[in-house]
Parts: sequence; C-alpha cells; structure tokens
Amino acid sequence: MPKTSNEAFLTLSGIGKRYGGVRALDGVDFACRRGSIHAVLGENGAGKSTLIKIVSGVVQPDEGAMRLDGRTVAFPDPAAANRAGVVCVFQELSLVPDLTVADNILIGDPPRRFGLIDARAQRRRAEELLAAVGCADVDPRLRVRDLPLSRRQMVEIAKALGKTPRLLILDEATSALTAADVERVYGLLARLKAEGVAILYISHRMHEIDALADTLSVFRNGRHIETFAKGERSPERIVELMIGREITAQYPPKPARPRPAPRLEVRELGWGERLKGLSFAVGPGEIVGLGGLDGQGQTEVLLALFGVLKGVSGSVSVDGRPHRPASPAEARDRGLALIPEDRKTEGLMLPMSITDNLVAASLPRISRGPVIDRDRERAAVAEAVRRLRIKIGDPADAVSTLSGGNQQKVVIAKWLMTAPGLILLNDPTRGIDVGTKQEIYRLLRELADAGAAILFYSTDYDELIGCCDRVGVMYDGRIVRELEGTAITEQAIVASALNLEAGHG
Amino acid sequence: MADAAIPVGRRFSGLRYHGGVLGAVALFLVFYGVYNLNHPRGFSQQVLIQNANEVFTIALVAMAQTVPVLMGGLDLSVGAVMTLVNCLASHLVTGSPVQIALGILACLAAGTAFGFLNGCVVVYGRIQAIIATLATGAVAMGLALFLRPKPGGKLDADLSWAMTNALGDFAETYGLFDGGRAAWFQPVAWIPVPLLLLAAVALGVWLPFSRTLTGRTVYAIGSAEGAAYMSGLAIARAKLAAFTLAGFFAAVGGLFLAIQTSSGNADIPQAGAYTLNSIAAVVIGGTSLLGGTGGAVASIVGALVLRAISFNFRIFDIPPLMQPLVEGLVLLAAVSLGALRALRTKNRLELFR
Repeated sequence: MPKTSNEAFLTLSGIGKRYGGVRALDGVDFACRRGSIHAVLGENGAGKSTLIKIVSGVVQPDEGAMRLDGRTVAFPDPAAANRAGVVCVFQELSLVPDLTVADNILIGDPPRRFGLIDARAQRRRAEELLAAVGCADVDPRLRVRDLPLSRRQMVEIAKALGKTPRLLILDEATSALTAADVERVYGLLARLKAEGVAILYISHRMHEIDALADTLSVFRNGRHIETFAKGERSPERIVELMIGREITAQYPPKPARPRPAPRLEVRELGWGERLKGLSFAVGPGEIVGLGGLDGQGQTEVLLALFGVLKGVSGSVSVDGRPHRPASPAEARDRGLALIPEDRKTEGLMLPMSITDNLVAASLPRISRGPVIDRDRERAAVAEAVRRLRIKIGDPADAVSTLSGGNQQKVVIAKWLMTAPGLILLNDPTRGIDVGTKQEIYRLLRELADAGAAILFYSTDYDELIGCCDRVGVMYDGRIVRELEGTAITEQAIVASALNLEAGHG
Repeated sequence: MADAAIPVGRRFSGLRYHGGVLGAVALFLVFYGVYNLNHPRGFSQQVLIQNANEVFTIALVAMAQTVPVLMGGLDLSVGAVMTLVNCLASHLVTGSPVQIALGILACLAAGTAFGFLNGCVVVYGRIQAIIATLATGAVAMGLALFLRPKPGGKLDADLSWAMTNALGDFAETYGLFDGGRAAWFQPVAWIPVPLLLLAAVALGVWLPFSRTLTGRTVYAIGSAEGAAYMSGLAIARAKLAAFTLAGFFAAVGGLFLAIQTSSGNADIPQAGAYTLNSIAAVVIGGTSLLGGTGGAVASIVGALVLRAISFNFRIFDIPPLMQPLVEGLVLLAAVSLGALRALRTKNRLELFR
C-alpha cells in the first residue's frame, strides 16, 4: 500500500467512482509530494484516466476524500482545480481549434487593459511561455487548427505552464511528440521539479518513466496496487503488476489448420502521420488481431480498409484484386463489413427501430426495385434475431431501448446480413457484459470456420490471446511485432505494445 | 504519400481567417459598382444616403444573428425582437427632448432585456437555441401586435430627418457647428448618418466585446465547447451575454426602422424575412453556422451584399416575380464558396461531425 507521509501535497483516501455498472475506481488511496515526478502506470482501463479526471475536477468521485496542501478540497469543475493550482495536460487536447495559439495559451486569464484583451501583451506572454517549453518556432498568431498534432501538444503544455501549476498532471502528454520535443519536455519537468512543483506523469512508455520518474504507482482494474521508488522493481516485475492475475473468459478452441492463401493483403499502408507503412495479410478462416495501446493507428487501419480515409498510400488487395474503396458503400459491395468503434454514433441510428437498424446495410437485398419488401424484411430480421439470440420485445421498438450488449448484437447482425467475406471489428466488446462477450467470441469463430476472414482490433489483451490465430501489435503507426499461436501471451503483447525492445535497446 | 509532411503552421493563415469576408467584400464591390454605373444618378450623395437607410436595419439584425451563430446556435427571434422594438419606439420616441431620450433608452433596454430572456431560456431551460428562439420570437411578435395592432404611430419629425440624412443635415437640424456650416466640418458633412451610426455600433460595441474574455469564450464555445469547459471558461455567462448582445443589436435595428419610417408596424412576414435574411447575411459574410469563426463586421458586409443584389433589381427592371429566383441563385453561388472545406478533409467521417 502507498506510504502517506506528512509532506504529501495531494492525498486521496478511499476514492471510488462508478460509471453505470462499471467500477472505474475502487477505494483508492494515493499521495504525491512536491518536487517529485510521480509516474502512474496501468493497462487500458486500469483507472488512471478516471484518477486524473477526479484530481483535476472533470468528474466528481462517488466516495472518498481529497486533500491538497493539508486542506480538504472538492473541485466541481476544471476551473476550480486550476484556481487551486492543479493543472492538467489532457490526452484529448483541450485546445480550441479556431482560436490562435496565443489565445489558447492564455485562454483562462488573458492580459487585459480596461477589460479588453491586450493582444500585444498576450502575444508577448505566449512567446515567453512557448520559449519556456522550447517551442519558440511556433508563431503565436497561427490558428491551432493549422498546427500539426505534435506542435499542438507543445502548445497544450505551454498553456498548462501559463497557469503556474503547483500540481501538474501530464496524461500521455508526449504521445505525439518528436524525440527532440520529448527532450525539451524532460528539461522543463526537471526545472519545475526543482522549483517544488508536484508532477503526476501518466505514460505508457517505460523508457520515459525510467528517465523521469522518482516514484511509480501501478493501477489495475480501478485499484491502486503498489507504489515504489524507481529502481525497486524490474521492468518485468512492473509488467506483471500491471497484468495481475485475472479470471480469464472462456474462449472457443482454435482449430489447427495450415495457413490459407490470404483474402486480404495489405502492403505498406500509409495515411498522413498516423499510419507509417504497415503490411499484413488475413486469410479465410483466420482471426487476426490488432493489439497495442490505444491510438497507435489501429482504428485508422480499419477505416482505411473500409473506404473512410482519403489519401491512403500503399497497396491493398482483396481476393487478389486491388482494393481502393472510395466509400463504405463501395467497401460493402466488395464484401467487407466494419463493426465500428462507437456503436452509439457510428454503429446505430439510436432513435430508429430495431428493424430499421438491422436492415440498414442490406436494403438493396430486401428491396424490389425502389420499394422495401416488407415480407423479406420481416424474414431477415427474424433470422438475425434468432442467429445472434438478440433479446428484444418488438422489432419496431427504438434500438436505444436495448441493453448495451444487445445493441452491439444488432450492429453485428446488421453486417452479417450482408454475408461479408472480410469482417473488420473495432473493439467490439467494449463496455458489454461477459455473457454477450462470450457469445461474440463463439460467433467470430463460427464465422471464421465458415470461411470468413476476420480482422479484430481489441483493447483487451486477454481477448486477443483467447480469440486470435495471429496478433499484430501496433506502435506508432506500425506493426512492431507479429505473434502467432502459443507465442501470443500477455507478456509478449504488453512488452511489444510498450515498445520495450526499442526503449531498452 | 505525397503530402505526408505537414508544414509547421501556415504563415499566412491570417488570410484564410478572413477569406470569407474578403470574398464578400469583393461581391459587394461588384454588385454595388454595377448598380451605381447603371443608375442615372450613380455615385451621388443622394443615392448613397438612400442606400445607407435601406441597409442599416438588416445590417444590425445580421449583427444580432452573428453572436448566437458564433456559438453554434441560431436565433430565430431577431426579426421579431427588432419588430417589437420598432412598435415600442412608435409610442415612446416623441415629445420633449428628455422624453425622446428616455424613450430611446427604454427601447434599447427592452430589446436587450428580451435578448437576456432568450439567453436564460437557452442556458437554464437547457433548450436548443433554434427552438427556444422560435418560441420567444412568437412571443415578441405577439407583444408587438399588442402594441401596434395596425401600422401607425408617430416619431419626432426632427429626429427622423436628422438621423436619415447626411451629417450636415443632422448638424443643421440641431444647430451644431454653426448649423453645419463650420469650415472644418465640411469634409465630413456629406457622410450619411446611418453609416456613421453603423460604424459606431461596430467599433464601439462589437469590437470591444469580441476582445473581452466573454467574447473570446463565445468563439471558444462555437469552436469546441468541450475544450472551452476543460479550459475553465465561464460558459453559461458567455451564452447569456451572447443572447443579450443579440437583443441589443436587434433593438438598435428596430429603433432605426421606426425613426426611418416614422411609424411602427407589427408585420409578421417582414419580421420573418429579416430573420432569414440575417442568416443569409451571416453566411455570406463567412461566419460558419457551426460556430467558432467569423464576426459581426463580416455580417455587415454580408448584409451589404444582400441589399446590393436587390438594388440591382430596381435598375435592371427584373420583374418582381423573378426576383426571389434570382436572389436564391445568387445566394446559392455565394455560400458555395464556403463549402470547399469538404475537399480538404482526409477522414470522410469528420465531414459528419
């Protein structure tokens, strides 16, 4: 358990937070000191993000108390946290794209004369702050929208610095930075630390934590597992702490079969700065996983294959023929299906009926000319409901009335109705119950056995291990490692996902 | 991929910032130039004064519309609030100079208060601006009809004359600067009063507002409300301020219309036309309906473009039955310039957000 000393600057005791039925944080005790860099480690969904959201006033805890500098505090909103000197550099950037860099850096409290923002003083102050983070080359008059992601992240750091933090939180603040910028951030953090600022540092990059942190805390499943000084635990031991011992779900057996000729073949796939040339293949009957940390380009791979992205480079072939869809409609006509990431916005039309949602992707199949054939529609819906065992009352009910798991079944059933030969899934089990998860795993295996090729991105490593014949682990727009058969272990995936080899070699 | 290297910002992005309004200025110069060239008394002070009077009210209503649009909302009540103040002015702006002054203040206060009420409904009622203002707009029309069941009323004649003519006439009416004959005054005596008033409202009210923290927050809300919240900005206050300011601009427009016509008229179709034209003016000026970019000065230019188009109808004798068709086509062409954004997006999903 964490040591709470008298000199702790921030102290959390018994903090708990629920989202619906999911416990994001559970009785967390935590403390950090001034003049120290404290790293927080954990897998996706371990509770790190909820922790910092509570500390910085974005969400309120359901239970527990927070003390700052000896006083009990509760922050109703981020502004209150800022006033208390708690400043967070968020992973999802908090910059306003249509305002200039200078406007953004000083957005909370710009220099004013007679109540009006003094543009010149503001620009000078912005230039000072940009220089302090080593970004003097960014023109403060530019609109943030026109900056590349890496520069935006530096602007975000300059903005945090402008609030003169006493507790600075960095949430994956270096994920989009260039190596040179990362060095500058290191220098800046060392300076702030010497000035007595308390720094909470959330990162998935082990070598960064190695270089920066004094103290490390590991979170898992919403609990604070252990806090220790740097060097007290080996990297292997830290990975073990992050994974822990979990009850594994039941997965259908993977049949052994020779590697088939590929149905999908991808070579040197590239898109902007997000995909940097990756190659892989998926054959009929195969389930291939995409792993790695969130946001390493997995979603973009699926979107590129499904015709959503413009300006994709490299070559893709499906069944030996070149595949360059200009729209999801075209991709569907080539036998592709995509179960999207966010079922509420991209998967379902929530206010429409279950029937309308189920047939949305296969309307041409159930229509006679321009008219939807009601009998065929009824038959198709009944078949889908039976096949996926969707629990519904009346098919005319709004799809929003269903539970999360059943909603996801509707999304999957909608696409199975198109009889796809290549199925792309973007984290299809996020936020649904264990029972439905297992049904989905079994369904995927059945589809593969029936000859479908499946490409499956999941943030749940356990799921990749249980379901996939092969797993490509992505890091920074590339597949850094491909694991097959018994080589797919949590150890191997986590190590590749953190790019440990690169960090330590 | 050919354009993988994204430059570190574009130096002249300032141009793109104002690209919309520059296009609108060009459109205005073309339409207004053509109009004056073909007018028998083109480029004369008379024509300028007449046009300035015709432009003022729609320009103010367009400014009123701009503020909610910058936050990503629409205000369907601006025309109705303008009409309400117009009817109120037809009762109050008359009598002794003190009575006139108090009447003007009361009119401005009424419109401003109505805007504040709009803001309260949107912020505290958590109702979308477009539907909230559809309802409050109907309320405003109801009040206007109550005040002026039939067109009529009377405003101070001197005020009407002074406000709707050149600065020289203004000085003469009120005996300023030797009755407008002072030598230093001559170079500016030709300026139409409505234009001066328009500039005064833009420079004296809008520009300072856009440079306050609240004004900045209005832009931030329209650009990314989540980021604005995360940055600790006072969102509710900015929304209230935006609708209040919209009410003030609409009030100035309504007051001027009353002074110009020396009467009040609770004309429902006219109020609706003002509201819809204000949206067109905002869009032509280059303010995004999604919020975040643009400004009220740009909307003034948009209003000028709209009026310049209809001036040409008079000159070229386009039959009245054809005018809506032509106006619609010109409007479509003007707003199409703004749709080029879609060509730059590389993730097609972003087009739907």
